[in-house]
Amino acid sequence: MTGKPLKPKVLVVGAGPGGYVAAIRAGQLGLETVIVEGDRPGGTCLTRGCIPSKAIIHAAGVYEETAKAAGEGGYLGIRLESAPRLDLAETASWKDGIVDRLSGGVSALLRKAQVTQISGWAAFSDAKTCTVETGEGIVKIEPEHVILATGSAPVELPALPFSDARILSSTEALDMKALPGSLAVVGAGYIGLELGIAFAKMGVHVALVEAAERILPLYDEALTRPVRDWLLAHDVELHLQARAMGLSAKGLDIETAQGDRFTLPAEKILVTIGRRPATEGWGLENMAIEMDGRFIKVDERCATSTRNVWAIGDVTGEPMLAHRASAQGEMVAEIIAGRRRRFDPAAIPAICFTEPEIVSVGLDRPGEGHVTGQFPFMANGRALSMDAGAGFVRTIADRNSGRILGIQGVGRHISELAGEFVALIEMGATLEDVAGIIHAHPTLGEAFHESALKALGHAIHI
Amino acid sequence: MARYHFRLPDVGEGVTEAEIVAWHVKPGDAIREDQNLADVMTDKATVEMTSPVDGTVVAVNGEIGAMIPVGSVLVELEVEGEGNAGAEVAAAPAATPAPSAPPPPEPRDSGGGGVSAAAAQPSVASSSPAPTPRAPARVDIPVGRNEIFAAPATRRRAYELGIPLQFVPGTGPGGRILPSDLDDFIAAGGMARAPGGLAPRMGGEDVKIVGLRRRIAEKMQEAKRRIPHIAYVEEVDVTQIEALRAEMNARAAEGSPRLTMLPFLVKALVRALPDFPQVNSRFDDDHDVLHMSEAVHVGIATQTPAGLMVPVVRHAEALTLAEIAREIARLAAAARDGTAKREELSGSTITITSLGPLGGIATTPIINHPEVAIIGPNRIVEKPVVQGQFVSVRKVMNISSSFDHRIVDGYDAARFIQALRRLIEHPALIFMGEGE
Repeated sequence: MTGKPLKPKVLVVGAGPGGYVAAIRAGQLGLETVIVEGDRPGGTCLTRGCIPSKAIIHAAGVYEETAKAAGEGGYLGIRLESAPRLDLAETASWKDGIVDRLSGGVSALLRKAQVTQISGWAAFSDAKTCTVETGEGIVKIEPEHVILATGSAPVELPALPFSDARILSSTEALDMKALPGSLAVVGAGYIGLELGIAFAKMGVHVALVEAAERILPLYDEALTRPVRDWLLAHDVELHLQARAMGLSAKGLDIETAQGDRFTLPAEKILVTIGRRPATEGWGLENMAIEMDGRFIKVDERCATSTRNVWAIGDVTGEPMLAHRASAQGEMVAEIIAGRRRRFDPAAIPAICFTEPEIVSVGLDRPGEGHVTGQFPFMANGRALSMDAGAGFVRTIADRNSGRILGIQGVGRHISELAGEFVALIEMGATLEDVAGIIHAHPTLGEAFHESALKALGHAIHI
Repeated sequence: MARYHFRLPDVGEGVTEAEIVAWHVKPGDAIREDQNLADVMTDKATVEMTSPVDGTVVAVNGEIGAMIPVGSVLVELEVEGEGNAGAEVAAAPAATPAPSAPPPPEPRDSGGGGVSAAAAQPSVASSSPAPTPRAPARVDIPVGRNEIFAAPATRRRAYELGIPLQFVPGTGPGGRILPSDLDDFIAAGGMARAPGGLAPRMGGEDVKIVGLRRRIAEKMQEAKRRIPHIAYVEEVDVTQIEALRAEMNARAAEGSPRLTMLPFLVKALVRALPDFPQVNSRFDDDHDVLHMSEAVHVGIATQTPAGLMVPVVRHAEALTLAEIAREIARLAAAARDGTAKREELSGSTITITSLGPLGGIATTPIINHPEVAIIGPNRIVEKPVVQGQFVSVRKVMNISSSFDHRIVDGYDAARFIQALRRLIEHPALIFMGEGE
């Protein structure tokens, strides 16, 4: 195909949760929109991140409980005569079914919004000229506006290249067809912990290697303690203040803080030391765009230094979270359509799907002039009835105004409370507001209600 | 070794306190006699505080901007031989220079930590600086956080309308800005501008009002609060006096100053004031005493880089026109470069405020408290003036004036300005019959 160049109003580069949302919104607003994606629609989040990992984590949880029931003494009175058998290939195909369904759904939504989808990798020769090599030939696109939503990729360690079959990034880890006997995880951030815990639940011997002195070093320690307790109770090896040095025949060579070197036996090694913005290989250097360190520099409207070139999502910086990218994408489409918008969230929620789960919204640890209320799930009926007594909810508020500044929690299923937490912070709720909201019984949300009461000095159930 | 307390000396008549405007030493500094320790400012003048002894600075008391009473210890020094500090101080534990520096800047919570995702950022709150003694917890909500204290729809609407939310009073719980608060703000005319179009300017700067600016502010507030001003404006034909001035400047003797309108005006005042003794006075309204002065000390309002100052031409009645011109120039220069002495900046009995070519057509000057009158000549313009059957081009100037209406009745104010006008319009009257 070597026809005339396409001249849409908007070109979106990358169909992840930032790009596809921007394109759908632009289409809704009547803007002629083209989206380019070399992979399937959905991006990292949908095809090799959030969604597939949640599927694997769920399957691992079911397997673990079933295995408990088959173990000595059973589980909650349930006894199985024989141990469950896990066929990871089948689990993976179930997971792939979910991904297929969602990716197809994104494609359908784009079509419904009249967005032209072009399959191939974009390359810019200048800020307003893009060519895409598609299966049907080269397509040239000369848009009025460009939205860069190229996302991010796992960071590789030079000593542990992803090209080695034993070294996995999160992508390969989610696509394994058979369980390894042992797995070393380098980097105990949220991705490493989520996957490490899932594989531990599936019966893999897991060892975590972390350079910092504790797991999830970006989170308040109190929040990470129940996760650490779970790791210790389930024989997950923890090597803190340790560095991965390289590969040997038996596994992973590490060096401890004391300078001791030894080899962690590991069939596979999962490297989850972070993600880097995808700024290479598509002509960013030809676009004369100002950078902010590794990231594309944007203002509060996601405008880059080049007029009518916008950037959203992971490529613009932390926090690298799908919901941030989506919110930015929606906003940029509206700005292009002539609306006056800026990105000014009061909070962006963050969740770790570990065991137990962690949620943090807004201010993540109390400071001067703040009041805190914490309520344990051990005192919540619903939590106990789900065998989920570990953890707590904590509310941080301004002492004078009572305005809620941050809400965190750690506990099973607590991720579903993130919506209430962020809504209250965005709406500017005070502790008295929460105290006056009737929370349904019996639910985990009651623990949050009680944490606000606690901050006010009159919790009922503690 | 002993302690020496340097106390704020009596820096001028009637001065009971002074403001610290600059520190030149810090604890631990070794200093010599006559070395400048600090600058303090009184009503009018900035005074250098010099050390009477050699020694080492142990402590400096008071931050810049602080008002300290005369007699309080400004600097504590450690000196060889005998000090002057009492026994209770000699017993103070510090034998070496104590780290009693001015308190470090107060740590502030980062407002940013409250509004972004926890997972994404390293600890902000936990890296708080070392604890420092400070007042009981006081919540200091940064603007950014305040601005965000409204629900998303309210924030979006305000942004679309170009309204900075920090200016919208919140009536909700904890000060939350409700949709109705935004409605009220718009209804009250607070709306910044129509939607669309040019970008609003955001932000601004907070400047602590210290030093001369604070002095000016206090002085003006005091004058306006205490004195019921009456303003009076009259038009004066200055054709003759301007011709005289031009003539004198054209044939100026060697070394004589260039004459402006000001010295003529001072001369006219000197001539007119004896008939209006209550106008040339200082009113002590705390004791209900009017100090009428035979001497004419004329304050000359002067713009300096730091702000308005009023140096004083003393005993104008005893000076010739040229001497007055010279004195005005000298005082203005001293005020501008900060070398004016306190005596040169106080004691006036009447004040002239003139903006020269910027003088406009009328002003309502504020009286230099505790005086009772201020004269503000305006700009000189050429105007057609009807004289009998003819219209001729004349140089005309307005004289604006303010009087303390408690002391000067409107009738007397008018008579005084008319007398001044007569003198200016017929300049020979200013100079004839001296000693009459």
